[in-house]
Amino acid sequence: MSDIGATADGQEIDESRRKFLTVATSAVGAVGAVLVAVPFVESWEPSERARALGAPVVLDISKLETGQMITATWRKQVIYIVGRAQSLVDKLAKNDGTLKDPKSDHSIQPKYAQNEMRSRRADVLVLIGICTHLGCLPKQFFDPGDAVLGASWPGGFRCPCHGSRFDLAGRVFDGSPAPTNLSIPPYSFKDQHTLVIGLDAIAAKGAA
Amino acid sequence: MSNEAIPKPGLWGWINRRLPVDAFVRSQLLDYYAPKNFNFWYFFGSLALLLLVMQLLTGIFLTMFYKVGEATAFDSVEYIMREVDYGWLLRYLHSTGASAFFLVIYLHMFRGMMYGSYKAPRELLWLFGMIIYLALMAEAFLGYVLPWGNMSFWAATVIINLFGAIPVIGPGLVEWIRGDYGIADATLNRFFSLHVVAVPLILLLLVALHLVALREVGSNNPDGIEIKAKKNAQGLPLDGIPFHPYYTVKDIFGVGVFLTLFAIVVFFVPTFSDLFLEKANFEPANPLSTPDPISPAWYFTPYYAILRSVPDKGIGAVLMLIAVSAFFFLPWLDRSPVKSIRYRGWIFRTFFALFTLSFLGLMYLGLQPAQGIYVTLSRVCCVPYFAFFVLMPFYTRIDPVKPVPERVTFHA
Repeated sequence: MSDIGATADGQEIDESRRKFLTVATSAVGAVGAVLVAVPFVESWEPSERARALGAPVVLDISKLETGQMITATWRKQVIYIVGRAQSLVDKLAKNDGTLKDPKSDHSIQPKYAQNEMRSRRADVLVLIGICTHLGCLPKQFFDPGDAVLGASWPGGFRCPCHGSRFDLAGRVFDGSPAPTNLSIPPYSFKDQHTLVIGLDAIAAKGAA
Repeated sequence: MSNEAIPKPGLWGWINRRLPVDAFVRSQLLDYYAPKNFNFWYFFGSLALLLLVMQLLTGIFLTMFYKVGEATAFDSVEYIMREVDYGWLLRYLHSTGASAFFLVIYLHMFRGMMYGSYKAPRELLWLFGMIIYLALMAEAFLGYVLPWGNMSFWAATVIINLFGAIPVIGPGLVEWIRGDYGIADATLNRFFSLHVVAVPLILLLLVALHLVALREVGSNNPDGIEIKAKKNAQGLPLDGIPFHPYYTVKDIFGVGVFLTLFAIVVFFVPTFSDLFLEKANFEPANPLSTPDPISPAWYFTPYYAILRSVPDKGIGAVLMLIAVSAFFFLPWLDRSPVKSIRYRGWIFRTFFALFTLSFLGLMYLGLQPAQGIYVTLSRVCCVPYFAFFVLMPFYTRIDPVKPVPERVTFHA
């Protein structure tokens, strides 16, 4: 191995020194390039304005009736707020055998919503109305034995895009392309009729 | 025919002593010998180049009138369609051009697969082509979002959410791509930048690499014979003819026929019954209402059908990724001693025919609603699609191939 080269007019070149300097310069340059990439990559994160607009949403639910659904948006996500009849909540356990994730172990929800009815209160279901398959909006099919979905339909949601079906707790049925139950946002009740979406820290007076 | 030694007089000579224009034209067109037996299938490379130029030209002009932004994008497209003089033509040329681009690229790829053009020594040529195909898919998807119609919005939602299937980093990655908690103004702005600046630059670079690699290894031909193997005393391939004037003239004829058909679509059926421009996209983006049903542009539907045929998001996305990337491995999966389908045996021909049918079948099924028989048929089509690639190292080895002739088949 020859570590000594020469230029065209015969001057000696210390190749090993040149190699060391090349490697050292390249390494420093590569680190620099990675660091310079940081501001470019970070610029794609939600901006200060987007984050401010993502603040919690306060909603008056005093007019929400049983069997009715109202929608709200929080962080550009559609939030479904469903008034549920106690009779239908009592029947939720019957679905367990035909669900992918009956205990919501693989789904996204705050701890207080990881229960059979997936909510703080039995009469109010709060969901992110975005199908966990590819983000479409599941449509409401609340009537048990719906004409389209058949006599065995217990009531719930069906996604128009790829046919995922969910029960009245937003839990996904077997055979649906959606991998998990509908997600539940952090939320709390300021009082009996005031829902705060995006905040689970309020001492929830009206919570069950 | 070299005249390099003779210094040319005048301005042209002055320029050429400083910029090798003549030498470049000579090396790339006059002294570049292509096989003399090119057929119909060899029109599509030059047509793809034509479409690239056409998309750049119409795109530059559309950018002069389009106003990026959640509040302005949809209205500005309507403004182009109704109030800019010939704006409708610019837009229809661009939207029809996108579909034509994919049609031409699919036929170009099909040609390569028929005649084994991906096999040694053209592996890199094929890989560059495949990367161009991926860049083109990205470009088409980004452009599809810009009109900010309801289908734009929901297509962006569905495609970006595919990244959410990646374990651990998925959800954060989706937020980073969108720049907001949903598809929003920030998303539209960055997609605009990528569509009009970043991806076109990458495409131009890749096309340049594709052409340089082609000049190095030379074109394959319908017989899959290396014309460089048989040369005359001057070192010119016996079965080759200069690219100019022979193939430039042939390609100009192809361009004429193509533009005629293209103009018919642009002027008489620009929406191509919902395939090139969808009805749902003539409504502004609405985050609260999903178009029913959602289907992507026709050139993505084979992969979309594969995605939907699996009742599991993660596996569906992985299978779709494999379906697209399988083409990259063709040069190494194919163990056949012959290139062209003309000299391959019945086994390859059967697998190739079934693959082609399943690709077209999936293309159709991806446009249908995701239920019942359509899902079942999609699953059926997946079998020959993936078998073509996965079993290729085995069936190409036992395929009863025919002897390949010494010289290309040519009927003057």
